[in-house]
Amino acid sequence: MDESKKITSSEWMIVAASRALQGSRTVFVGVGLPNIACNLARRTHSPEMELVYESGVFGAQPARLPLSIGDPTLVSGATSVVSMADLFMLYLQRGLIDIALLGGAQIDRFGNLNTTVIGDYHKPKIRLPGSGGACEIAINARRIFMIMRLSKRAFVPKIDFMTSPGHLDGGDERVRLGMPGYGPDKVITDKALFTFDNPEREMTLAELAPGETIESVQAVIGWPIRVANQIRQMSLPSAAELTVVREHLDPQGLYR
Amino acid sequence: MSTTGKLVTMRQAVADHVPDGCTIAIEGFTAFICFAAAHEIIRQRKRDLVLCRLTPDLIYDQMIAAGVAAKLVFSYLGNPGVGSLHCIRRAVEHGVPRPLAIEEYSHFGMVGRYMAGAANLPFFPLRSYLGSDMPAANDQIRFVDSPYGDGSIAVVPPLKPDVAFVHAQRADVHGNTHLWGLLGTQKEVAFASKKVVVVVEEIVDEEVIRRDPNRTLIPGLIVDAVVCEPYGAHPSYVQGYYDRDNDFYLKWDEWSRDQAATEAWLEEWVYALPDRAAYLDKLGRETLDRLEPGKLEADPVNYGRYG
Repeated sequence: MDESKKITSSEWMIVAASRALQGSRTVFVGVGLPNIACNLARRTHSPEMELVYESGVFGAQPARLPLSIGDPTLVSGATSVVSMADLFMLYLQRGLIDIALLGGAQIDRFGNLNTTVIGDYHKPKIRLPGSGGACEIAINARRIFMIMRLSKRAFVPKIDFMTSPGHLDGGDERVRLGMPGYGPDKVITDKALFTFDNPEREMTLAELAPGETIESVQAVIGWPIRVANQIRQMSLPSAAELTVVREHLDPQGLYR
Repeated sequence: MSTTGKLVTMRQAVADHVPDGCTIAIEGFTAFICFAAAHEIIRQRKRDLVLCRLTPDLIYDQMIAAGVAAKLVFSYLGNPGVGSLHCIRRAVEHGVPRPLAIEEYSHFGMVGRYMAGAANLPFFPLRSYLGSDMPAANDQIRFVDSPYGDGSIAVVPPLKPDVAFVHAQRADVHGNTHLWGLLGTQKEVAFASKKVVVVVEEIVDEEVIRRDPNRTLIPGLIVDAVVCEPYGAHPSYVQGYYDRDNDFYLKWDEWSRDQAATEAWLEEWVYALPDRAAYLDKLGRETLDRLEPGKLEADPVNYGRYG
């Protein structure tokens, strides 16, 4: 492999997400980077991982990179293909999903997500896709990882619309509302990795990508970011991981 | 119920079952999206329809650009894997070519609405919407207290479309329908709807259905019309018959950027053509060959003869 080929910001996120998935048995997957991250995890450290798609596929083993979550390659060779009613009721709501990967246009300090509108709901500046399955996934999956590029436009003090609840106003509000899942656990970005490992359930800077500092990360976050006592460096993607991504999962470089 | 005479052309099915102003569902999650039905509805210049679908996809983008709809009921508004649905955004944001009302749910909410409609229940309870702004944006999403003391739970109302077009691999002339691959909400929407038009890649003998009854998703009992329309789901796909035309989905992003360009596309590919056969001729053998999926067959199973 060409070691001189620069590691892209997408590759940082893919590899970081893949490593964070270690030990998870069932993962609810979306298209794009999450899809590559999950397939990388399955091909490296977690061959037993079951990929679950809201289109009704459990245990997908895609032979090519799926272009959408309803790609026919997810069906052929899967463990089970069920109706969407069964997928949401018997797999998600039943509590069988360990981790779900979500993203959004806006996120706040408690990991609440907006994928619906920028601006007012009835007079939006930008109309976004809406929930899809994200709202019920955010509530029912055991833990949520977010994969998002770090930018001031996305990491905002107040989201314009709460599509999918994270830790709401923080603390134990999810528990008080009777939500089954823990909620947001990690936010994986191109510049840093965040956790919510504190009683307030507030997003906390835990790892930095090479070249980044607390200040450079704070500069693109719309609120004073909480910082962990000990900050670690995000570890470098290995040659083996990059080979799987570049040569097998995304040979055309669609997500570079 | 008579089981003869259900086999009709798409033109006939749309003329018989899609009056102006009706509520219609053409489902299929990425797969089995019946563009053949949509194009015929556009050709017959239907108006004021209420369109229901989890993912409006290109099919409703085209219908809304053609001005057939007054309202959209949905849960995810995007061109899957590509980006925005430009025609629907034009209608929502600028009223072009006509204003479009929207009623928005999550996927599970839409699935639950079909389930309640299909099972004749007053509502469907689901563990969703807690803490979300979606109930504030749509007063049809409500919460009730569990009568068994487990706290509050979200509910959605039944959805019973006037008519559903359900695409599948094969059916017999009675409308007994085999479907495999992504089941989506095809069964639920069929049972929820007052009328059902089944659209299939091929008509098979009743014995083919009876030799594999576990694969019968929809019984002819609830089917009003059967249309045979090979490649009727292009540019979406039918498992084992053809692949998704991803190039088309990418190009639509460009073709749909403004209303004039979209109307030119509709003129060339819908209004100027008499039917689906003409569309396939125009599409060409080369495209259809490109979408050939190859073979991966399941092993036969033994049901047993028992007598």
